[in-house]
Amino acid sequence: MRVAIVGCGAVGSLFAANLAQLDDVEVWAFDLDQEHVAAINERGLRLSGAGEVVGKVHATTVAAELPPSDFGIVATKCMHTAAAIEASAPAFAGGAVCSVQNGVGNEEIIAEYVEHVIRGTTFPAGRILEPAHVQWDVKGDTTIGPFEPSPTPIPDVERLADACTRGGMPTQAVTDARGPQWRKLIFNAATNPIGALTGLTHGRVCEDPGLRRLVSQLVDEGKAVAAAQGIELDADPEELIDHAARPDVAYDHKASMLQDVEARRPTEIDYLNGGIARFGRDHGIPTPLNDAVTALIKGLEASWAQT
Amino acid sequence: MTDGVWVIGGGVIGSLFAAHLSRVAEVTLLCRRSEHAAAVADNGIRVSGRADFVGRPQASTDPAGLADAGLAIVATKANDVEAAAAQLEGRLGDGSVMTVQNGLGAEEVVRGHGPWPLLSAVTFMSGTKLADDHIEYVLDTPTWLAPYEDAPLDLADRTASLIVESGLKAEAMPDLEPARWSKLIFNATVNSVAALTGLPHDHHFAELDRPTDLGHLVRGLMDEGTRIASAAGISLREDPWEMNVLATQRGSRHYPSMLEDVEARRPTEVDFITGALVREAERRGVEAPLMTAVYRLVKGREASYL
Repeated sequence: MRVAIVGCGAVGSLFAANLAQLDDVEVWAFDLDQEHVAAINERGLRLSGAGEVVGKVHATTVAAELPPSDFGIVATKCMHTAAAIEASAPAFAGGAVCSVQNGVGNEEIIAEYVEHVIRGTTFPAGRILEPAHVQWDVKGDTTIGPFEPSPTPIPDVERLADACTRGGMPTQAVTDARGPQWRKLIFNAATNPIGALTGLTHGRVCEDPGLRRLVSQLVDEGKAVAAAQGIELDADPEELIDHAARPDVAYDHKASMLQDVEARRPTEIDYLNGGIARFGRDHGIPTPLNDAVTALIKGLEASWAQT
Repeated sequence: MTDGVWVIGGGVIGSLFAAHLSRVAEVTLLCRRSEHAAAVADNGIRVSGRADFVGRPQASTDPAGLADAGLAIVATKANDVEAAAAQLEGRLGDGSVMTVQNGLGAEEVVRGHGPWPLLSAVTFMSGTKLADDHIEYVLDTPTWLAPYEDAPLDLADRTASLIVESGLKAEAMPDLEPARWSKLIFNATVNSVAALTGLPHDHHFAELDRPTDLGHLVRGLMDEGTRIASAAGISLREDPWEMNVLATQRGSRHYPSMLEDVEARRPTEVDFITGALVREAERRGVEAPLMTAVYRLVKGREASYL
């Protein structure tokens, strides 16, 4: 089996290096970072932290060099999905492509370029320490399932899940993968922009009663949009939010969007709160507070162009 | 009104009042820091921009020992009105007090410290403080004033005339609320959104092309404010959205004070501006989810650095 990782950042690298442990899987990676790609080809892709792994990965900055592959795993930031899949789609003419990205709307974009699409949600996290070396911060599960409008046959979804699991990334194949995706989406959309706009850690957001109420209002809008689509969440985002606020869990965690804002990097707001708002409009569900925080974050991004 | 004038608060607004009024009255600027008072006593206050002159008010940090004045203008930030009014307690004889704070409620605070006739005012003039003794006068828009409680309209008329004589714009009116609420809704919206986004008040605030454009949020906030005003029995003097469109079309990029406060990591006036509307909405049973959200977010932002 050949798997090509599209976007070999932290999450892409976790899949690439772990899958490369398997004798029956050949792993390729397409990424635009030349140093990272050169280093991967030279000394392999190394993970440390939650697991110590070095994987042999064929990396390239040129999408056209990807050989025909059975599976693609797209792990770019959401704003790069279209460009990345447009360039790499020919490699997946006979295969299936799975998104393991944040937010919603990525599968729709991928389906414009390839026939068989897999909806995925992943919880493991890490960060790039140096070229070809990734810190594996958190282990976690991945859930994948056919993307309904452009489905991948279940046996193929199962084949990918089995490979990921055997490689060290526990992955479950399901017929409807929207529940975990919307659970993660609602969690992130209710907490990330609040952290980004206030500068507060997750724990401090949750112990401020006014902000915690705002988080709940954002959760409720997300739940209403999910319900209108017939999506059953696999867990209650409210409980996960309170759990994460515990001092021994993620009280001091700065939301990734806050980290983006502090570094003045474009955020994934269009695929988080902007995604909830877009699906809400499609289903006639008003999402005034998700609209509001989307506009505020986009305003914040616009302010960087001015200074 | 030839009696002396005290101006309390040496920020942009207080300094502009003190410098201008010193040309037509005996003026003392009361400020908090002694270096500030010394600089003004030594050099006067230079006004540049819309006007170009050096005003020569007296300056002090303490009203004790000063001859009573006929008028005290409280031009501090809303957070400091309590301290300013306490300074006035037992002074001024039969003089009167004018408040020019953002938001609501300054008059009640002043009333708690003495029986003076009160004038309510809002000002639209703006500027930039370049030094303790140098103010760049940016917008020469007027100050509106009106009697509070049973103060006579004539007092508002005479005070407006004095301000106009000094070179600033002013207009007296019988009821300030329609104008004050127009400004409050405008300010609560523009200041909160600017503080959260880092954007000065510019064209983004009126953009409505895409669903995620900032103009939709600005208009939504202003609609909520207008509903709160209406529940409080106030019909606005000006439409806040039109004020917003007009201000952004001028091409100026005004830095609202709440944005400056957040960038300098100072306490903001959010409790007196956005918070005043949120409390009013709660009291009147009006739904104001957007105003409440931006209020909480600015409070959270303050909490991150205070």
